[in-house]
Amino acid sequence: MFDISPTEWIAIQLSLRVAAVATLVATPLGIAVAWLLARRDFWGKSLLDALVHLPLVLPPVVTGYLLLLTFGRRGLVGAWLSDHLGVVFAFRWTGAALACGIMAFPLLVRPIRLSIEAVDRRMEQAAATLGAAPWRVFSTITLRLAMPGVLAGMVLGFAKAIGEFGATITFVSNIPGETQTISSAVYSLIQTPDGDPAAMRLVAVSIVIALAALVASEWFARRALQRLHGN
Amino acid sequence: MMLRVDVSKSLGDFHIEASFAGAGRVTGLFGASGAGKTSLVNMIAGLLRPDRGRISIDSETLDDTAARVHVPAHRRRIGYVFQDARLFPHLDVRQNLDYGRRMNRLADDPVQRARVTDLLDIGGLLGRRPGQLSGGERQRVALGRALLAQPRLLLLDEPLGSLDEERKVEILPYLVRLRDEASVPMVYVSHNAGEMRQLATSIVMLRRGRVIAFGGAEVLPEALPSGLISANTRTSR
Repeated sequence: MFDISPTEWIAIQLSLRVAAVATLVATPLGIAVAWLLARRDFWGKSLLDALVHLPLVLPPVVTGYLLLLTFGRRGLVGAWLSDHLGVVFAFRWTGAALACGIMAFPLLVRPIRLSIEAVDRRMEQAAATLGAAPWRVFSTITLRLAMPGVLAGMVLGFAKAIGEFGATITFVSNIPGETQTISSAVYSLIQTPDGDPAAMRLVAVSIVIALAALVASEWFARRALQRLHGN
Repeated sequence: MMLRVDVSKSLGDFHIEASFAGAGRVTGLFGASGAGKTSLVNMIAGLLRPDRGRISIDSETLDDTAARVHVPAHRRRIGYVFQDARLFPHLDVRQNLDYGRRMNRLADDPVQRARVTDLLDIGGLLGRRPGQLSGGERQRVALGRALLAQPRLLLLDEPLGSLDEERKVEILPYLVRLRDEASVPMVYVSHNAGEMRQLATSIVMLRRGRVIAFGGAEVLPEALPSGLISANTRTSR
């Protein structure tokens, strides 16, 4: 029963890689967007807020189809990227990472935004009177104090990315070894005669990964909080 | 050092219209709460922009709304000790003290650091976190942190305001030492006439956003036996 086959291993590794890359690339962008939404007033702020949350409310298949239209080989952005930078998303694992990153983005941004909003602005003022330029106030005070939220956002984003199915399969299909993540492998297996034992193994692996992510996030959050409230 | 302030600012239906110059070692801003002291100090620090007017130190203009000059807080080299200390909770005392030096890219100066930690008796607290300090210790660290950024002017906004009477008595001598030994001019904000008498070399008296008197200790309300004086006492020079 726990004899995981090479194909299943590949799906597991691919899932981890796709989710890790999606999270790591989305995090700096997520921090920037969270900071803009938390601390700046500008024209179009509600529009940006809505755009960020769109993947949460759109059917995933719609997001996947839009990605295909935009980043597919003949898509506006996809064609340009492939011609000028040699970057291809369509039917590649990088496309899966893009889909997962976009689907995970709202979940990543929200806790970061809340934690930046919770940072005492008087601390930032104190830093400014000590000679810290705005970007150094951000990196030495705001971001440090918001760190528990950043970690929480990363864990949520990672969890969403590893479970993402609809947008990914629509955008990059279900190609074993290239775009077949745990979710799409389970989907294929349960439609295959005698696929149940393999599906069960992958289900067990999913549960282990999810639990490990949750335990790790608890641990990080507790450590970060301890550091903040300093004892 | 000559600090010149001539500003107006509206905050909701509260209006500040104040003009004064401070040249002594300690300029006291005296008035009841709500007189606009903190807003004025925030304008000097660059944390609040005046609606109209000028602020300058010696020949350097920090704010001039007519010329659209506004030097941001981090370029003013004006230290600020807040009533609530505002130590950075994620840094220990040593890192808090070092913060201004790092941000201003000043060379490490162990002599200056030792002088300030000795002056304020905080050498024994260096490894602690702000959460492990008493109110008085926190305020002393905040003083040290502001001094070590090597400001040309130090703003103190009711630094004793959040402390009980015992702690006030504990900190006041440090402030006197600071005035006499640290050679940084200060603006000292308080609603307590007793503190003003002990510390200020010249006094600006504020009431509802306006300067109503300026001078030495004689502009302060008569000392009452308790030493605690209602700042609302009507006074004129």
